[in-house]
Amino acid sequence: MISKALETVGRKVGGARSAPSATTGVSSEAKGSRRIELPVSGLTCARCVQAVEQTLRAVPGVRGATVNLAGGRAFVEYDPEQATIAGLHEAIKAAGYRVGAAKIRFGIRGITCASCVTKIENALLVTPGVLKASVNVGTEEAEVEYLPGAADLSSVKAAVGAAGYEVAEAPPPGGPEEVDKEAQARDREYRDLMHKWWFGAAVGIFTMIFSYPWLFPLLRDWFPRGSPQLRYIWVGMGVASLAVLLYSGNQFFTGAWQAFRHRSANMHTLIAMGTGIAWIYSTIALLFPQIFPASEFTEVYYDVTVVVTALVVLGLAMELKAKGRTSDAIKKLVGLQARRARVIRDGSEVDIPVEEVLVGDVVVVRPGEKIPVDGEVIEGASAVDESMVTGESLPVEKQVGDEVIGATINRTGAFRFRATKVGKDTALANIVRMVKDAQGSKVPVQRIVDVVSGYFTPSVAILAILGFMIWYTFGPEPRVVYALIVAVTTLIIACPCALGMATPMSLTTGVGLGALNGILIRGGEALQTAQKLQTIILDKTGTITYGKPVLTDAVAVGRFREEELLRLAGSVEKSSEHPLASAIVEGATSRGLTLLDPQAFRAIPGHGIEAMVEGRELLLGNLKLMRDRKISLDSLEARSVQLADEGKTPMYVAVDGEIAGIVAVADTVKEDSKSAIQALKTMGLEVVMITGDNERTAGAIARQVGIERVLAEVLPQDKAFNVQKLQLEGKQVAMVGDGINDAPALAQADVGFAIGTGTDVAIAASDITLIKGSLRGVVTAIQISRATMRNVYQNLFGAFIYNALGLPIALGVLYPFFSILLSPLLAAIAMSFSSVTVITNANRLKRWRPRAA
Amino acid sequence: MAWDKILVDLIGLGLIGFIVWFFWLVKTAGVRAGLTSSGYQEQMVLVKGGYTPDLIVVEAGKPVRLNFVRQESASCSEMVLLPAFNKSAALPEGETVAVEFLPKEAGEYEFACQMGMFRGKIIVE
Repeated sequence: MISKALETVGRKVGGARSAPSATTGVSSEAKGSRRIELPVSGLTCARCVQAVEQTLRAVPGVRGATVNLAGGRAFVEYDPEQATIAGLHEAIKAAGYRVGAAKIRFGIRGITCASCVTKIENALLVTPGVLKASVNVGTEEAEVEYLPGAADLSSVKAAVGAAGYEVAEAPPPGGPEEVDKEAQARDREYRDLMHKWWFGAAVGIFTMIFSYPWLFPLLRDWFPRGSPQLRYIWVGMGVASLAVLLYSGNQFFTGAWQAFRHRSANMHTLIAMGTGIAWIYSTIALLFPQIFPASEFTEVYYDVTVVVTALVVLGLAMELKAKGRTSDAIKKLVGLQARRARVIRDGSEVDIPVEEVLVGDVVVVRPGEKIPVDGEVIEGASAVDESMVTGESLPVEKQVGDEVIGATINRTGAFRFRATKVGKDTALANIVRMVKDAQGSKVPVQRIVDVVSGYFTPSVAILAILGFMIWYTFGPEPRVVYALIVAVTTLIIACPCALGMATPMSLTTGVGLGALNGILIRGGEALQTAQKLQTIILDKTGTITYGKPVLTDAVAVGRFREEELLRLAGSVEKSSEHPLASAIVEGATSRGLTLLDPQAFRAIPGHGIEAMVEGRELLLGNLKLMRDRKISLDSLEARSVQLADEGKTPMYVAVDGEIAGIVAVADTVKEDSKSAIQALKTMGLEVVMITGDNERTAGAIARQVGIERVLAEVLPQDKAFNVQKLQLEGKQVAMVGDGINDAPALAQADVGFAIGTGTDVAIAASDITLIKGSLRGVVTAIQISRATMRNVYQNLFGAFIYNALGLPIALGVLYPFFSILLSPLLAAIAMSFSSVTVITNANRLKRWRPRAA
Repeated sequence: MAWDKILVDLIGLGLIGFIVWFFWLVKTAGVRAGLTSSGYQEQMVLVKGGYTPDLIVVEAGKPVRLNFVRQESASCSEMVLLPAFNKSAALPEGETVAVEFLPKEAGEYEFACQMGMFRGKIIVE
């Protein structure tokens, strides 16, 4: 049915676009010929290209079809009178490939009936380039499949508008709009709380004054104790304070009730009970003074009710403000996203929203612009500032073939790149998602807190009742007043919130801090383990070193000069595919040498290669090759051994049977590896290097960077086993390596650090991912974990101590000795202050900066 | 001891007994998640002062989808965590947020808000 719909639509499309001219009978548009670019997916080989091209050419009306394998695109020239877009689409599908149509979902307002659905669907289907459209009444959403070359988001939305309906802009998940929405909701709640606070505060001042009129000179005369006019004022206060409870304290009572229905209790329960009891007592004392034995019992505590409510509400508002700041990191990351992109469509540059960029699109970036999505440079070169994603402060040089990361900023040159990851697959989107997940995880110490908080609130209620009983039974007169104040103060001073927020707040800030420094921490567990690590195992290749051999030495002897040696060696290796060969070729060209094409090239397995360059007979290889050819090495053999001792791979070069020198290549150490390893050692960590290389090479590198313990000649599959061996020594072991080859070892380690390479940030086996490939990240990550955990313990300690001191004081343990009894008002201030302190302390963590330890 | 003191203490002890019984001793009956045609065990969870239902029974080996709807603005409940399945979700007020996971082994797993004030349990059979 759908395909049939497509046919009709397709025809309409063709017809609408190029109505034949009345005079000539042919379409005015390029003489009846249209060109279209179709994204085709599933193209894996050159043969597929031919298959698709043939299929397309076989469609009646198609004049030409070329398929670009790399770009995954088919360029079709066709006569719209005979062929349709839908027809082309069908043909490609029939050949077993898919047309990479873009799919979007968006909300539509004003859908009231089922007939609207068909109306909108039809409006969408007649839009050129739209392949499929379905509208759902229930969700008020439309799902549209379209060909990005022929239609775009705005034309699709315009079609909905033309049909008389409004498009409800659906924000992409995790996009800036969603973050804005969260901020808006927070703002709304904050304003609401502030209104409640001001109302409570205004009534509070009035009740405070008239609760104790005898303290004020004028009022003392007008409202003496026990006078009827004071009673009237108090009745007024009772009504006003009830209004405060119902408006300002609304959330405490509803929250308490909801919790009660779930057989649980929380902060709301305590506050509601405290303020409620004070109000009820006051009202009874006011209305039925006769049931109390003496007049001192008949005082009212409306001030407690109102002021406590107001203060706790203010505390909540401050808490909300501070909480908003803990997730700043996410906001910053999301804010990095580019909004628009300039891509090549149909051969010309078009400016489109970044959501419409498709995999395979060629994106144009000018100096100073933000790179919209992830991709690979195909033309041009530039320096790119990646600091916002990787934490690397120096701009990174980008050339053809290099990967670029979305949201980074192009500094110097203009270039074009092919988009490889868009939307939710980009590095930035992954980072945001990972950070959010991590912030929502739990630090293992939280488990203790969870157990405690499960018992906390009911225990406080029990303590309050016990306090009441003890004061009533053994306390001084007026007993009921003291007992009441003690019970209410106890209920109010207890702060389960401070306890509950202690770890999550620090975790949120700590994880965010990591992300802003190019370090992705998977969750609370990794964070907690990272701070107590004892041993760090570093993989050699790709972690300590670049993992790519480069030319390090050229030793020329006899009549040869270094330049000539390199030029000849480079020319010989030009035809070789060995990784060491490309190091020599690159080394030679980077020194500005022009290489020649070798003739009679022959590889001698296990020995080296021979070839003719400029008519000279060249040999390049190891000692065996030179011995076989009886070439005298003179003093060079010692030099070769020396180079090998330094961890390099030396190769002899001979020209026309005479030794010319040695070229050596080696995997070089990253610039900051040595300082990072030094820093790890000063932090008290044992550093171990693990590698598959032989002892000699491994030892050479280890000496260079200052590592004493080396595990050499370890097969890749045995790395995890070696990690386990170190763990059996009773140590907390971290493994640092690349996320793919070292995955088992990373998983085995207590904390696995994956050294990331650009856009591939979602590495499964790692607990911590370093986006920048530098070992300094390990240092920073451990520092962050230590700082965060210190913050967590500070918060937990503070919260525990606060409750452990506050509760006994509220219960009046100090009274028998110092006659000190806490006022409920002070309890309310202390309670609000304690939770704000916890959040403020967590926010303090944001000021942390990586130190050069 | 005066009669009023004895009365107050008796009432107090009674209240303590009630608190212990009400909050810690009573066990609520769980709700079994329904199986949808797509093979998910689905359950709606209302977030308002707590989780309703707060005891959900599911079968092991079949994917579970919990649809959380938060109908309150208190910031306490703005996130729900399922630490056992390494899942967490922000719950904007009034929106339905689905959290999916695959329980592999039988057991009891907690879900809670970030501060641990709201709790619920998933029983995997």
